[in-house]
Amino acid sequence: MKNQNKITFSRRNFIRTSALASGGILIGFNFFTSCKEATAPPVDIAQLNFNDFNAFIKIADNGYVTIFSPNPEIGQGVKTSMPMIIAEELDVPWEHVSVEQGALDTNNFTRQVAGGSQSIRFGWDALRETGATAKQMLVNAAAAKWGIDASSCSASNGVITSPTGETLGYGDVVNDAAQLEIPENVSLKDKKDYKIIGKDATNVDIDKIISGAPLFGLDYTANDMAYVSVCRPPAFGQKIGSYDDTKTKAVNGVLDVVKFGDKIAVLASNTWAAMKGKKALDVQWTTDETLESTSDHDTKLNAILNGKDLDVRREDGNVKKAFAEADKILERTYESPFLPHNCMEPMNFYANVSNDKVHLVGPIQTPAGTARRIANLISREEKDIHLEMTRMGGGFGRRLYGDFALEAAEISNLTKKPVKVIFSREDDMAAGIYRPAIKYRISASLKDGKVTGYHLKEAAINSNMYGLIPHFFPAGAIENYKVETGNYRSNITTGAWRAPYTNFLAYAEQSFFDELAELLETDPVQLRLDLLKNVKDGEDPNIQYSAKRMTDTIKLAAEKSNWGKTREGVYQGFAAYYSHNTHVAEVVDISLKNGYPSVEKVTVAVDCGIVVNPTGAKNQVEGGVIDGIGHAMYGDFSFENGKPQDVNFNTYRLIRMKETPIVHTYFVENNLSPTGLGEPGLPPAGGALANAIKAATGQLLLKQPFISVLRKHEANLKA
Amino acid sequence: MASYNLKVNGKSVNINVDDDTPLLWVLRDELNLVGTKYGCGIGQCGACTVHLDGVAIRSCSVPISSLEGSNITTIEGLASDKLHPVQDAWKELDVPQCGYCQAGQMMTASSFLKQNPNPNNDDIRNAMNGNLCRCASYNRIEKAVALAAKKMS
Ligand code: FES
Ligand code: FES
Repeated sequence: MKNQNKITFSRRNFIRTSALASGGILIGFNFFTSCKEATAPPVDIAQLNFNDFNAFIKIADNGYVTIFSPNPEIGQGVKTSMPMIIAEELDVPWEHVSVEQGALDTNNFTRQVAGGSQSIRFGWDALRETGATAKQMLVNAAAAKWGIDASSCSASNGVITSPTGETLGYGDVVNDAAQLEIPENVSLKDKKDYKIIGKDATNVDIDKIISGAPLFGLDYTANDMAYVSVCRPPAFGQKIGSYDDTKTKAVNGVLDVVKFGDKIAVLASNTWAAMKGKKALDVQWTTDETLESTSDHDTKLNAILNGKDLDVRREDGNVKKAFAEADKILERTYESPFLPHNCMEPMNFYANVSNDKVHLVGPIQTPAGTARRIANLISREEKDIHLEMTRMGGGFGRRLYGDFALEAAEISNLTKKPVKVIFSREDDMAAGIYRPAIKYRISASLKDGKVTGYHLKEAAINSNMYGLIPHFFPAGAIENYKVETGNYRSNITTGAWRAPYTNFLAYAEQSFFDELAELLETDPVQLRLDLLKNVKDGEDPNIQYSAKRMTDTIKLAAEKSNWGKTREGVYQGFAAYYSHNTHVAEVVDISLKNGYPSVEKVTVAVDCGIVVNPTGAKNQVEGGVIDGIGHAMYGDFSFENGKPQDVNFNTYRLIRMKETPIVHTYFVENNLSPTGLGEPGLPPAGGALANAIKAATGQLLLKQPFISVLRKHEANLKA
Repeated sequence: MASYNLKVNGKSVNINVDDDTPLLWVLRDELNLVGTKYGCGIGQCGACTVHLDGVAIRSCSVPISSLEGSNITTIEGLASDKLHPVQDAWKELDVPQCGYCQAGQMMTASSFLKQNPNPNNDDIRNAMNGNLCRCASYNRIEKAVALAAKKMS
């Protein structure tokens, strides 16, 4: 089995404690870098800072536990699951635990990024060690009180028990525990003894969400705050020329109009006035760059695929030879459009830049980096920047980029007023940092009923698949294998979008495998299993997926979906993909309604190691799968002379309830460290859907969104 | 600027705003009832759903000038002395992911269940189709509406 990047540390280095002035103990821990020798957590809970610690555990003298974690919540449930891990080892009843979001004061908090589905994976060992250490301290304090050996005592559910049956609550010993040395040798629980991990825990913010309490960035207000609407160039490649704000200033509630860079900020006493004021601006835009259109991108990307100027990212064997000796060759080109993130909560940020301090509040996935960039932008010291994170109305990668926070800081710096920048939906879609348009050309050589060679070329806007992606399946499974990439630099901004690259790559490859299976006259599931037999786990350090785990996951999906044994009128498609350290296999069941596919059911098998919070985990998988289906089916976004062609949901189509399948999720049972779930459910969904549609209609889907292909297909049939 | 009187969550309020101001921004910016969300501003997403005399409306698309004397309920006023069955169901099934769309979802669901206390699955899918959830928590929303219906009967 693969080593899950186990982090090793000495408890002395990463835990510090203090006795709270108000009673109780405060445990600060930092599991990414060692705590500095002299640092101690504050004695006043109002003074929490996350400079030296990642998170704090407060155990009050009534035994109740509060976990202060600055880990941002974007809807992945880490605000619930990470505290569950601490509470498990600390061994307190979950009902006695509350979780609070901490603010960020500086740039020292390295893993304060919600993205890449990695929070759980990196936190697993450290959170357990922290909980167990805290528990041992309490046990030691109780033993000292009783004057007996700590190893003869046990602790469970917030109560410490002596060999003679005497008991002390955690609250009874916290003040003593705060004075003790931090124990070095603690043992971790066995999975079979888990009481919290593996049980459903409702989202810790549930009561606030169902009652409409202020939680999100958009809900934040402060005294004298101006609401700001920003006018940005309508097309990529344009700059501001001249503008007339007479009509804007006549709008009731508009306070001020300021130009900054190539943008104009309209400050007002309410959101509506700010939006109206922006619409009333009369701006002359100038063009000094190329205004690009989707058709230009098509030409450029095709030229890359047809050209010789690609970078080799992985090469095994001799692909050229394999193709020269092949009986048959299959070659396909797959295309995808740009995609906006469309977080339900549009981008927004509050900033108050004053002489003594820079106060920032809002939804952001990268607080530390953003604070640093803001310090730079407005020439302030990083220590002056105080950034508070709010709950986020979705992220999907968009909130990794702090552009909106930088805008707020710049405007507040110019006007010396507290401001909140609010993107309208139109702003949000038009000033995006999009999933880049990409094309893949995949070819395979077949000989004697076997896949002998595999060659994948990627042509993308702005950047290419990163990290270990070229080593994902089928790397290692096919003797002659080559991945090459090239990109075209565009002035359209692009970035990470839920499961970057693999969100589209998985569809391309998994559709391709379906066709390969057809050519080989093999069952598509069997083809994957056969290929996986060629992979020896651990042989190639670059290959992170495990053939064994993938095989088990595929088998579970096939079994639970009744693969190959469906009712009349139901068609199935299969896909499996490893990404973000998690193995996923999916089977999509569709039927046809008036010739159009109706996606009825998706059966998902997931190996994400130990499942910390099953209800939260399933929610993530369901969301990822439906998101994958929705964007593969409907997601379309194009440019005409630098201008996005859709800016709101009247023309940009997102999947809605009537189009959603019911998702059935099954987890592979094992004792391995948990891995993330925010992303891995998405990549296989599009491929499994394409394969099901092909099974039902014979229509090959080489281009996303599928709906455009299906419409064309329908038009052709009618003609 | 004009003065308007309405009842919001059972309380009489008087507000002075421009007459084209959508109810959504009156609720959020003037009355500080921020549970009602902005998602699109053009009636496409349902995040801003509230009740006008018990019936679900899109608060982003209704100007205040048409609401003089009307009776509005927002998510903050959905519960009486105890949670509304829809809220109970949402909690029981742990519906939210990011949570942003959920107030609108619950307001649509509660108004729908008043009109159709015994919905089948197709009814639920039709009724909820106007509410987007970018996190795609649709499966749970669907189940929660059915569960709420059960709780109400
Ligand atoms: S904000 Fe009103 S429907 Fe979207
Ligand atoms: S829960 Fe995030 S938009 Fe619905």
